[in-house]
Amino acid sequence: MLNSKVLDALKSQFNDGIIEVSESCGDQIVEVKNDILHDVLKFLHDEQSFDYLLFITALDYPKREGKRFDVVYQLRATSTFDEIRVKVSVAEDEEVESITDIWVSAIGDECETYDMFGIWFKNHKGSGGEGLRRALMPDDWVGHPFRKEYPLKGDGFSDRWAEKYLPKGQRHQIEHTRMP
Amino acid sequence: MAVEVLGPKNVAVTAKLDKLVSWGRRWSFWPMTFGLACCAIEMMAMAAGRFDISRIGAEVFRPSPRHSDVMIVAGTVTKKMAPVLRRLYDQMPHPKWVVSMGSCANSGGVFDTYSVLQGVDLVVPVDIYVPGCPPTPETLFDALMKLQDKVRKGGSLNA
Repeated sequence: MLNSKVLDALKSQFNDGIIEVSESCGDQIVEVKNDILHDVLKFLHDEQSFDYLLFITALDYPKREGKRFDVVYQLRATSTFDEIRVKVSVAEDEEVESITDIWVSAIGDECETYDMFGIWFKNHKGSGGEGLRRALMPDDWVGHPFRKEYPLKGDGFSDRWAEKYLPKGQRHQIEHTRMP
Repeated sequence: MAVEVLGPKNVAVTAKLDKLVSWGRRWSFWPMTFGLACCAIEMMAMAAGRFDISRIGAEVFRPSPRHSDVMIVAGTVTKKMAPVLRRLYDQMPHPKWVVSMGSCANSGGVFDTYSVLQGVDLVVPVDIYVPGCPPTPETLFDALMKLQDKVRKGGSLNA
């Protein structure tokens, strides 16, 4: 159970930026507005001893009214073992402020979230100064596989991609031969 | 093959060159280290002491395709990996053989998805398919012995 002082401090600091504070299965969830996200996470890191970023991920609700994605940040304080989850709703064309300046471990997580969901993190800076790029899929891949509308067996591009990089005269055409 | 005794210190072995060459090949497979998923654990178990592929002379796992002649594709081949696999296969010197190990390498297995190649035989020619998820070390051992049979019957010129 999270120390209530943290929530009180958050509420007094970002009064109108916090949309909802809830609890689910013993996890404290704070839903904030997109424009103060970076400040909230910076505040939790610098002044509330949440020094460890567990993960960043996203959720896709294509039928939800308004903003489509939820970006989720799970933080932990290694001194007290407190955990807090920060959520922010973003639309498809909306950008999220990168937090690689707070946690270096966010580099990989942000690249992966961008790769799978297509959410752009602005001011992202990799360890070598490089920008946001795909983490798992090839660099010239088209589409974001974890979006709900992405077909499970690929949209035809995935077969063409493999064809492009294989030498001519290979045995078969790459395709999904199995029946759906 | 025949052994002829010519004198007290002179012994000659005569054989057809073709048979001699394929004999040498099939008792000295050098597999390439190509573990991609959980099948690699079973492949390591086959190489280790309990099952011990050095009994058929195939224990020399090579980290380089240029040294090896059997590619054991052990695991799920993603589409991102497919061009790399093909390039490694092309870098292996002749004669070369491919063993497709496990359901994923055979047909994609349960991963009928956008990112997984539906069978490694789409990319490289496969000699032996090993079923199982993952196959036991005994099954893979059996596959290597079947491959030995294939090399013996095929002759040295057809490899």
